[in-house]
Order: sequence, then C-alpha cells, then structure tokens
Amino acid sequence: MNKVFQSMRIAFRALRVNKLRSALTMLGIIIGVGAVIAMVSVGSGATDRIHQQIASIGSNVIIIQPGSQNTGGVKSGNGNSQTLTEEDARAISDECPDVVYSTPIQQNQQQVVYGSNNWGTRIYGVSPDYMTIRDIRIEEGEPFTTDDVKSTNKVALLGKTVVDNLFAGEDPIGKTIRVRKVPFTVIGTLVPKGQNSSGQDQDDMIIMPISTAKKKVMGGGRQNNWAQVGQIMVQARDGRNANAMDEIEALLRQRHRLQATEDNDFQVRSLEEMAAAQEQATQIMGLLLASIASVSLIVGGIGIMNIMLVSVTERTKEIGLRQAVGAKTKDILSQFLVEAVTLSLLGGCLGIAMGVLASWGISYFAGWNTLVSLPSILAAFFFSALVGVFFGFYPARKAAFLDPIEALRYE
Amino acid sequence: MDSALIRIEHLHKTYHMGDNHVHALRGISLEIPRGSFVSIMGASGSGKSTLMNIIGCLDKPSSGKYYLDGVDVGALERDELADIRNRKVGFVFQQFNLLARTSALENVELPLLYSDNDKSKFKERAMKALTSVGLAERYDHHPSQLSGGQQQRVAIARSLINDPQLILADEPTGALDSRTSIEIMGIFQRLNREKGISIVVVTHEPDIAHYSDRIIQFKDGHIMIDETVPSPRNAERELAEMPDLEEEKEPVA
Repeated sequence: MNKVFQSMRIAFRALRVNKLRSALTMLGIIIGVGAVIAMVSVGSGATDRIHQQIASIGSNVIIIQPGSQNTGGVKSGNGNSQTLTEEDARAISDECPDVVYSTPIQQNQQQVVYGSNNWGTRIYGVSPDYMTIRDIRIEEGEPFTTDDVKSTNKVALLGKTVVDNLFAGEDPIGKTIRVRKVPFTVIGTLVPKGQNSSGQDQDDMIIMPISTAKKKVMGGGRQNNWAQVGQIMVQARDGRNANAMDEIEALLRQRHRLQATEDNDFQVRSLEEMAAAQEQATQIMGLLLASIASVSLIVGGIGIMNIMLVSVTERTKEIGLRQAVGAKTKDILSQFLVEAVTLSLLGGCLGIAMGVLASWGISYFAGWNTLVSLPSILAAFFFSALVGVFFGFYPARKAAFLDPIEALRYE
Repeated sequence: MDSALIRIEHLHKTYHMGDNHVHALRGISLEIPRGSFVSIMGASGSGKSTLMNIIGCLDKPSSGKYYLDGVDVGALERDELADIRNRKVGFVFQQFNLLARTSALENVELPLLYSDNDKSKFKERAMKALTSVGLAERYDHHPSQLSGGQQQRVAIARSLINDPQLILADEPTGALDSRTSIEIMGIFQRLNREKGISIVVVTHEPDIAHYSDRIIQFKDGHIMIDETVPSPRNAERELAEMPDLEEEKEPVA
C-alpha cells in the first residue's frame, strides 16, 4: 500500500511538470466519461419513466376488452362488440387460480354539478376490487362496498381534480353532487396520483359502484343491456401473469361457447408486457447512446497512451537512473502505470462531474427525464481506471524494459 | 567468503550490431580486494566503459565469469541484477543524474524506494548520508539551486544510502572545476578509509587517477597496465594547503 501511495506521489509530481499537457490529455477522458454518464442518464431516465407508468397502472394488471365484431367479413375495431359481462368478471376471479382480483369497468364522460359549479369528468363504474387493482387509495372518507353495488347505492368517490373544481375549499364528504340530475352522496376522496406518462390527469375521475353507474348514469343506447360491461380489469398473482392470461382466455372461450375454429371475441392484454416491450426499446436506445459515447472514452484512452509514450521517451534518462539504483521491472512498470491511471482517474472524476452537470442540463433545457444512478457513476469510475491501465500498459512496459545502459546514456 | 570483492575471469564482451561483432573486452582477468581504491583509465573505445557496466551489474559478460562479493553475476536475471545494484553498488555519474524538481533529501532517498527497508527510517538515513557529505543544511534544495560540486555530493550521498560495498564513479569530476574535483576525491578517500567502501573510479585525467591506490589502464579491450600507486595524492592535505577561497559560488541560474 505504501508503494502505491509512493507511486501516486511520484505520478502527481510528474503530471504537475506539464500541467497543460496533462490537462489536455485528461480532457479526452473527461469528455468520454461525461458523455457516457450523460447518455446513460438519458437512457435510464426514460426507463425510469416507464417504471413509474407501470407503478401508476398497478402491478400485474391484465385488461380484457371485447374483441372485434365479425359481421359478414367486416371486422370492426376492438371494443366495439359487447361480449363481456359482469358475470364474466365474477367467474374470472372465482375460477382462475392465478387471478387475485377482478372488476368490471364501465366508463363514460359526464357533466357533474354541485351547487353552482359544474365539471366534465370521467365516471368509472366498478366493483370495490378496482381500488386494489389500480392501487388507488382513499384520502378522506370511506370506499364503497359490495353491499353498495348490490343495493345500487348512489355513492361516489371523487378524484382531486374534481374536488378542486366543484368544491372550492369546501369539505366534499357527505355533500350531494348531481350526475345527469341523479343525486350522489360523496363518501370519499382519492389520494392524488398526478399525471400519467402520456400527460393524462389521473385525478380527474369519479368512481362509483358499477350497478349504480349503469342504471342511473349510463342508460340508453346499446349500453342499456345491463349485463354487459366495457372491459374487465384483473390483477394476477405475482409472477403468474402469463398463466393468468391463459386461464382467462380458456375460461372466456368456454363461457362464450366458442368453437375451436372461432376467433376470440375478446382480447386479453397485460399492461406490464406492453410496458416491458417499451422498456426494452428504451434500454436498447440507452445502450446505443452509451456505446457511441464510449467511443470517445476510447479515443481519450488513446490520447493517454500517446502522451505516456512521449513521457517515457522524455524521461529515458530518469528511467535509466532509477534502474541503476535498483528499480526492478515491476517498479518502473507500476510507476508509469500509476501515472496513466492517475491521469485517467482524475479525468474520470472530472468527467463524472461534467456528466452529472450535462444530464442536469439535458433535463432542464430539453425537458427530458434523466437519471444519474450510482452504479453508472461507479462504472464510469472503474471504466476510466481500466482505460488508464489498458492504454498505459504498453508505454509502461516499454519503460520497464529499457536497457539501463542505453537509458543512462540517452540525452 | 571470497577475499576479493570483485573477481573477473577470462571475461569477454561482444556486441552484435547487425552483422558486425564488436569485441569490447577480450579476455580480462582481474581481482579487486575489499577496501580498494582503484582507477580505471583508457581512451574511449578501450573497453573501460564496458567493464564499468559489467562491474556495476548493468550488463552481463558474453563469456567468462564475474563474481561480485562471491555472487556469479553472469547467472543473474534482470531483476536480480537490479536488486544487487540496489544493495551492493552505489553509482556516481559525470552529469550527477539527479532528479530535477526533487529535493536533495528525496534524491538521496531514491534507492531506498527500491529496497525492502523500513519506510519510517528513510528520512533519518538520508539525512545521515547528506551529513556525511557535508550538505545537511541544504536538504530541501532542488538540484537547480545547488552548485555542480554540491550536486555531485548529493549524488555521492545517494550512492551511500544503502551502505554499498562498492561505489562506481564514472568520470565523477568531469563536469567540475579543479578545486571541486579535489573536494570530491577527498570525499571518496575518506569513505574508502573510514568506512572501508571499495571505490572504482573511471577517469581519463591522470591527476585524478593518482588519488587512488591502483591504476588499471585499458587499450583495445585488454588491460595494458595494472600498477599500484606508490604514494597516492591526499586530497584533504592538498585542500588544507590551498589558499582559502571565498565560499563556493552559488550556481548561475
């Protein structure tokens, strides 16, 4: 250890002799490391955003939508047919072993009135499990229960945006709001979730029992068919997403009496899988950026090698003297290696600072989500040390194997 | 143990330069007892530098044997040679070969870095060596702040630091004025007399050679003359008899 410090001291002294040269050499590494840190932060920032998205959806969420309708060869888009029922939702949670919760969802845009205020928002008719699946929490008041669903009670849970727009500072709990002239009692407010990744306000919603929503709010048209629902949302057991999807598909095919030759009249999608695909794409982008940036790190390493070769030549006589007074091969080797590594590590540290600054600049000026992670800093640190060792080795070896007689005679 | 510090038997050294073979040494046999003060003289190309390099363990013989302190140097590997240089040989060069931008003390310490010595004693030992050449108060000066004679004394202190059995001085006075040269030779004589360190000086100045007990003259790779000096010069006495000069001049920057 002592020897290492000794070599470090000698290295610093040698580097101080040519301050400008050392600084310029380090600049290559600074730019390289800085670029890698900044690019990795852009990549992991994007990945992080997708993670947030998954978290805001709720984990292990599977969505079942009605499939397309095939009327004489004309296929309408997904969701146009009305094949899913509340019974389907109940059967899924009862009969699929890998499903924990399931809820039917019927949603609709409605105008809501309280006193002289009104606000247009989205109404979600669901069963109580919806709260668990989407990880929506009650801020004040109480959630509704299965009894409320059974009795078609006119109760509602309000998102923060709705509260802000209808009740200016007033406590909404126990108040009565009107949706299509039907009075609803506000029994609770929701913990805000903020915007989702596509910028949609997740607090602009009203949640109510599905029975009430369908009978009192969304009457009319095809939705008049009481049994049918817009979609079913399911939470699968941890790590059993794919199994749950298979079970749901099998169950629904059976329930809908589909022949083996018939296509599904519904669609089962895992939000996580979609997000995972997106995450993979982002990761590939991040990797690409980082590898382009690491090219500049390698160029910086070549700069170090170049300068170290010059330095070895310049200090041939010093090397000869050190050999004469007893420096062994490994002593000279380590001296120049430490010098190269000192250069590259110093450059690496400054580069880390520059990379952090750059990634801050990117998120500040370009508005991208960036994330400088500790592993990327550590990796940059060790990688710059590695660059020093790799590109410093050849010059150091050259120095270590100089012939002492010729080195001493060198002018 | 071998009575002779240096024993050389039928030593040949041949350099290969492309197709040319240069015979630098053609069968030398030589013995230097412990505690000797020997001068080696000869024109350039006579083989004296080659012999110096071999005695200093910087080079190995092509054939023949060289024993330093009983060790067969020809059989040693590169790093073993470095180790033997570190422990047994001190080098003094014509151009001093001090590290610039490094204090006198640290220059003297240099060989210790490559030895297994206890690091806590480095400073103390280096100061002791500097004191023995009379430069203790200039320990923190850099070479550029020292005169030629002072630089050479730092170099001698450096050669002493590992208590070597042999000091090899290659034209040690070549870059110095005559008075300073006598001072340097005086230091060698004192080290030889008081510490029993063997000293081998390569020089082409007969004046300087006469401070030693024995002069070996080389020509064309052979020893021409090997003679004892009947009454060697005494540097200390000569200095005492010289008119007092003003304090040694500071170097011109």
